[in-house]
Amino acid sequence: MAPPSVFQRILDYSHRADPYPLYAELRKTPVRREEDGTYVVSGYEEIVSLLHDPRVSVGRPQPGEPRDAEKEPPSFLRLDPPEHDRLRRVAMRHFGPPHSPHQVDGLRPELFGIVKDLIDGVAGRTRIDIVDDVAYPFPVTVICRILGVPREDEARFHDWADAVIESLDPSEEGRPERLRRRENAVVELHRYLGGIAAERRRNPGDDLISGLVTDEGPDGAMSPTEVAANGALLLIAGHETTVNLITNGMLTLLRHPELLDRLRHEPDLAIGLVEELLRYEPPVHLRSTRIALEDIMIGDITIPEGAPIVLALAAGSRDPKRVPDPDRFDPDRRPNQHLGFGGGIHYCFGAPLARLEAQIALTELARRLRNPRLVTDPPPYRPSPELRGPRHLLLDIDGVIQPAR
Amino acid sequence: MRVIVDLTRCQGYGQCAFLAPEVFAMRGEEALVYDPDADDAQREHVLRAAAACPVQAIHVEWMAIQRKGMRTAAARPPLGDDAFRKTGRIVIVGASLAGGRAAGVLRREGFTGTLTVIGGEPYEPYDRPPLSKQVLAGRVPADHTLLPHLSEIEAEWLSGAPATGLDVVAKRVTLADGREVPFDRLLIATGARARPWPNEAEATLDGVFALRTMDEAIRLRECLAARPRRVLVIGAGFTGSEVASVCRELDVPVTVVERGPAPLVGALGGVIGAVAADLQRAHGVDLRCEVTVEALEGDADGRFRSARLSDGTTVEADVAIVALGAIRNVEWLEDSGLAAGVWGVACDAGCRAFDINGLVTDDVFVAGDVARFPHPVYGYQFMALEHWGNAVAQAEIAAHNMLSDQMHRWPHLSLPIFWSNQFGTNIKSVGVPTFADEVAIVHGSVAERRFVAVYGNRGRVTAAVTFDQAMWLEHYQHLIEQAAPFPPASHAADRREPVIPVPAEMPDRIEATQVTVVVTGHDPAERRASLVRGDR
Ligand SMILES: Cc1cc2nc3c(=O)[nH]c(=O)nc-3n(C[C@H](O)[C@H](O)[C@H](O)COP(=O)(O)OP(=O)(O)OC[C@H]3O[C@@H](n4cnc5c(N)ncnc54)[C@H](O)[C@@H]3O)c2cc1C
Ligand code: HEM
Ligand code: SF4
Repeated sequence: MAPPSVFQRILDYSHRADPYPLYAELRKTPVRREEDGTYVVSGYEEIVSLLHDPRVSVGRPQPGEPRDAEKEPPSFLRLDPPEHDRLRRVAMRHFGPPHSPHQVDGLRPELFGIVKDLIDGVAGRTRIDIVDDVAYPFPVTVICRILGVPREDEARFHDWADAVIESLDPSEEGRPERLRRRENAVVELHRYLGGIAAERRRNPGDDLISGLVTDEGPDGAMSPTEVAANGALLLIAGHETTVNLITNGMLTLLRHPELLDRLRHEPDLAIGLVEELLRYEPPVHLRSTRIALEDIMIGDITIPEGAPIVLALAAGSRDPKRVPDPDRFDPDRRPNQHLGFGGGIHYCFGAPLARLEAQIALTELARRLRNPRLVTDPPPYRPSPELRGPRHLLLDIDGVIQPAR
Repeated sequence: MRVIVDLTRCQGYGQCAFLAPEVFAMRGEEALVYDPDADDAQREHVLRAAAACPVQAIHVEWMAIQRKGMRTAAARPPLGDDAFRKTGRIVIVGASLAGGRAAGVLRREGFTGTLTVIGGEPYEPYDRPPLSKQVLAGRVPADHTLLPHLSEIEAEWLSGAPATGLDVVAKRVTLADGREVPFDRLLIATGARARPWPNEAEATLDGVFALRTMDEAIRLRECLAARPRRVLVIGAGFTGSEVASVCRELDVPVTVVERGPAPLVGALGGVIGAVAADLQRAHGVDLRCEVTVEALEGDADGRFRSARLSDGTTVEADVAIVALGAIRNVEWLEDSGLAAGVWGVACDAGCRAFDINGLVTDDVFVAGDVARFPHPVYGYQFMALEHWGNAVAQAEIAAHNMLSDQMHRWPHLSLPIFWSNQFGTNIKSVGVPTFADEVAIVHGSVAERRFVAVYGNRGRVTAAVTFDQAMWLEHYQHLIEQAAPFPPASHAADRREPVIPVPAEMPDRIEATQVTVVVTGHDPAERRASLVRGDR
């Protein structure tokens, strides 16, 4: 058997804690053909160019995804224009500019309140888990409120979301079982959200799902199956990404204690800090939904029509050809043009929300945790190499500071 | 706090409008408008927005516009005459976008000699694009357009007395008040002014405006705020179309009169011009094409009242905006011996001015709207652009080259990028659309007014225009740079209709008829060109 390629080693769980040396290896061939015909792209400029290339589709069939697009339409993450643009526009009407420009900024007081309550909740303890105590429940509470999904049902879609994410693990171990779990989860999640959508159509509130089903804008409302697919996308995106950004943030701060200290006194630092985290320890490492619609020349390589394309966003953000001193964590980096949220038309829909969430959570954690210390470094990681992050992040603390405000 | 967005880079991601909604706003899907002098209370919001911009196009309190490939080169000092860099004298004439930007780059690249900037207007350098957009609409006061922090560049800023003459041999600039300013190297950045209405008596009627300067924008804004019965816009180029758009935004009736077959034809050709015409009519503009204004008529008090058109009709209106393009500010160079004329000041790709013989000069540089330069991508044709992005890029190259020796000079090769916001639509172009014989819609839908049009010249891609599809522009920019075949063979994702190239319908180029070049002498050492000026 041939020795595993660099990319296969990246997928291997044993490299989850520190894939970056392998990314450097990968970047030696910025566009690289795997044995199975997949092209792995790891250079910054090459990734940016493919993100903006109309000959690249996001419609590559995914394992375990429903085949029947009529009955189970994909979300706009998996659609090309013009369907992508229409659905994203309809969703955006209830989330951001031009129609609802104050929506996300207006959530700030509420975001503060949720974080405050979560940190209050660990008062009196000396050991906490950043993931379970703050980084997970915070964005989940927020996305539930935005969508208008009852927080009490959270345990159910926690399992569904996990099943979907675990299916992204490309290793062969237990694969058929995972794919079956995923199919069931998707069906149940869609059924659940379809139920909520039907109820909101009769009885609309001021939440996003109500907006989607009652929209009277130029693009019309979403159909019930569209609401289910795109509601599921938002719910899962809100579940599985920001948690990693906050957790990676805390981990990185504890590895750079001088920054933790600066953050306590310099509120503006959180802004550049979160950008640098998105570059240096991003939640989304790989995207493997793309496929070439025709031969694409990139540098001196031709990606042939029909070839699957994997974009190694996390490798691109550390490309020394683009970023000076890329392996240094520097929150004062300007400009910082990273690939943490992707780019082009699929640029993260929830980015403004995720940024505010991470800025607020990290600032409050820095200010309020007394003498936080890592219990294990590196922490245990979740299996997925695509959405990479710690499963738990245990800290010992000497207590919680009550805010003066 | 001063903010500037490099809208040539902006792709309409809207992240800024999410995070600082009081400062940045999307008009339509991707047309960004913003307050360039945001309230200090918005500081944290603005910093958040600037950090979040996916293309890092927002600059706060400083103006470090980054361009691909320039970053690393700028990090090491340019190589050239060290003594000049330490103690030389540089004079910049024209204190606007190009002049101000060049001053900043000269200092950044380590020029420590004396720097004098001569301006013709009583203001610090300000940004013009907002004048026909957010300022005219009353969203932002005119004095919010001052460019970030240029005034803090260590330089002598002389305003109020424009330059009236240049002596290239004695290396002196003469000012209107008789002062003389000596230089070792000179940058000409005097830009352009609005072409006035040709009939002087009619042009001075109360209510007749042009739009190029802050003063003009302030007066026009006051007029629009008083809700005129109707506004007449003469000329449907970008400025005229933007003014018409603002009128509709304010719900003021507007008639646009255009000599050509459609708006924007001069820049984008007839095919895309027809789309622009639909856009205007859909927003309630009374658009009259292939018609000219023959006379402006006033009442007894000298107030503009109506206009007589070539089709025999009359338009009653309170305000007339003359938007007939620009005239380059070259009069002060008339006896300088430089190749300066209605076409601008000719220079090489390194921004060095040509003299009238077509010989390149060593110490006189040109940048911005006034410059006319050869572009290798377009068959080395000389072109003069009225693009914000070109003024910035060319000023950076000129400043660098002023401090470098021949070995280390850079050519100005960046492809022109232009944007315009009108009727809630973001129109962007890359390359030179007029340098084309065919055009094809390759992406999106003209009916929805969201599309990408690609222009070709003899089988090569030469330009692209997007309507609310700015995220794709970069891809077509690469195609132009690679001289990719036209029409681009592709199965692009959003391909609803087959790609069918059609004639681009470019208007015939207007030749500079007022000036003739004659060549005298037989011996090569004596042969000289000179300009013969006709009536103006
Ligand atoms: C209303 C309006 C809207 C625009 N919108 C857009 C847009 O959307 N997108 C885009 O890409 N571009 C746009 N532009 C074009 C852009 O603003 C110009 O390309 C840019 O201003 C050029 O800068 P410049 O410094 O070369 O020339 P200018 O800005 O014209 O500046 C030249 C300066 O030189 C001064 N001067 C002239 N003669 C003398 C003299 N003899 N002595 C001393 N000083 C002198 C003038 O007073 C002036 O201040 C717009 C322009 C206008 C007027
Ligand atoms: C730190 C947190 C987050 C990160 C790092 C992140 C990252 C990304 C990335 C890289 C993409 C591009 C995918 C691709 O191009 O294939 C994306 C798309 C998307 N994200 Fe996020 N995301 C985050 C949080 C969120 C949140 C909170 C939401 C929901 C509110 C969200 C909703 C979406 C959606 C809907 C898309 C698809 C956009 C489209 O296809 O047009 N994300 N995200
Ligand atoms: S690209 Fe940058 S400046 Fe343009 S709209 Fe997006 S965030 Fe704002």
